[in-house]
Amino acid sequence: MSAEFSITVEDSGERFTCPDGERVLIAMEKQGLRHIPIGCRGGGCGTCRVRVLSGTYRTRKMSRAHVSEADERAGIVLACRLIPESDLALRLAGGGEGV
Amino acid sequence: MALTGVLRAGFVQIRVLEMDEALAHYVGHIGLELVDKADDGRVYLKGYDEFDRHSIVLREADAPGVDVMAFKVARDSDLDGFEKRIVDFGLEVDTVAAGEQPGLGRRIGFTLVTGHRIELYAEAERSDNGPFIENPDIWRDDPRGMRALGFDHCLLYGPNVAEVTRFFTEVLDFNLVEKVQTPDGPIAVWLTSSTKSHEVAFVEHPEPGKFHHVSFALESWNDVGHAADIISRYDISRDVGPTRHGITRGQTIYFFDPSGNRNEVFSGGYSYFPDHPTRVWTPDQLGKGIFYYEKELNDRFLGVVT
Repeated sequence: MSAEFSITVEDSGERFTCPDGERVLIAMEKQGLRHIPIGCRGGGCGTCRVRVLSGTYRTRKMSRAHVSEADERAGIVLACRLIPESDLALRLAGGGEGV
Repeated sequence: MALTGVLRAGFVQIRVLEMDEALAHYVGHIGLELVDKADDGRVYLKGYDEFDRHSIVLREADAPGVDVMAFKVARDSDLDGFEKRIVDFGLEVDTVAAGEQPGLGRRIGFTLVTGHRIELYAEAERSDNGPFIENPDIWRDDPRGMRALGFDHCLLYGPNVAEVTRFFTEVLDFNLVEKVQTPDGPIAVWLTSSTKSHEVAFVEHPEPGKFHHVSFALESWNDVGHAADIISRYDISRDVGPTRHGITRGQTIYFFDPSGNRNEVFSGGYSYFPDHPTRVWTPDQLGKGIFYYEKELNDRFLGVVT
C-alpha cells in the first residue's frame, strides 16, 4: 500500500498529497493549502463538503444535517472526515463560508 | 436578596457525534468533571468551581448542535410567574418533570423566535464535589487541562434578534449590556441577568436554532495562554485567538470540540449593573468589537455554526 495518496480538487485542478490514514482536509491544511474551505474540522459544520468523483475511501461519522444517507451514496462527504484508500478526485459541493 | 428571578445560565445540552471522543475533549482537555453517565446515554459534566450537580449535558446524535439552554431562577414560584409572562408574550410553554435530568427539579420550556429551546428551573441538587464551603481551599483536586471553572454562557444564531431581545428584557427581566446596531436594528446582542457581562448572546442569522459556541470561564489571562498551549499540544481544532474582545472585554480563545461544536474559554470582562447604559457598536467598527487586536472579522468565526 502506498504511504500517501494524491488528492485532486477538480474545481481548481490543484493537487496535494494525503498520508495513509490521515483526513484529507487536515493533510491539506498542514501543507498550508486552502483548496477546500476550512470550518470546524470535526464533521459538524458542513463547510468542507465535497463530492468524491473517483477513488476509494472511508469516512468517520459526519453530521446528518450536512450529509444525508442519499448524499453519502452519491459520494458527498465532508473532507475533514474523509480518509483516502486510493488517489481521489474531488469537487467542491456547496459547503459554507470558511477560511 | 438583590438578585431575583433569573440568576444565571444553568446548563446546556449539546449534541455530539461520538461520546468517547467528546469526553476525552471536555473532561480531559477542558478539565470538566464527569458527574454521571445516565442509562439513556446522556453524560453529565460540571466545572470544578460549580456548586450544582451538573452544567453541561452531552447527548450522542447524528448531527451536532444545541438541544436546549437553561437558566436557573431563584425560587420555584418564579417558574409560575415567568410561565404566565411567557404565555402572555405569545409563546407556548411546556413542562418537563422533575428528574428528567437527574438532580434537577421541574422545568418549564419554550421555543424562541430564533428557533432555540430555552428552559427555566429552580431546583438543582448540590454537587458533593463542588467548591469547599468551610475554611475553603481554592479547589479539591488539582484542576486539569484548561482548568475550566464552569459553564459561563452561550452564543446562539438565529433570525429576529430584535424580537428575542425584547423577549429577554421584557419577559425574563434581562438587561441589554452591549449590542451591534445597524440602521435596520440590532444584529448582535449580549444579555445578562446578573453582573456578568453576558449570560447569553444572539447573532442575527437566517437559519433558526443554530449554535455558535458554549463558553467556559477561566481564572486568568494566563490560563487562556495555558489553554492555547493545550490546543496546540493535542492538535485541538483552533478557530481564533488567544485574543481579546472589544465587546465585553473578555480575553478569549475559540476552538472546536471533536464534533465541530465551537467552544470558548475566556477570562475577564467587565462587571455589569442594571443602572449601566447599553454599550453600542456600529457595523464599521465591528472588527475591533469582536477581535480587539486583529480588528478584522474572520469568515469562519462569523459563518461556521452547528
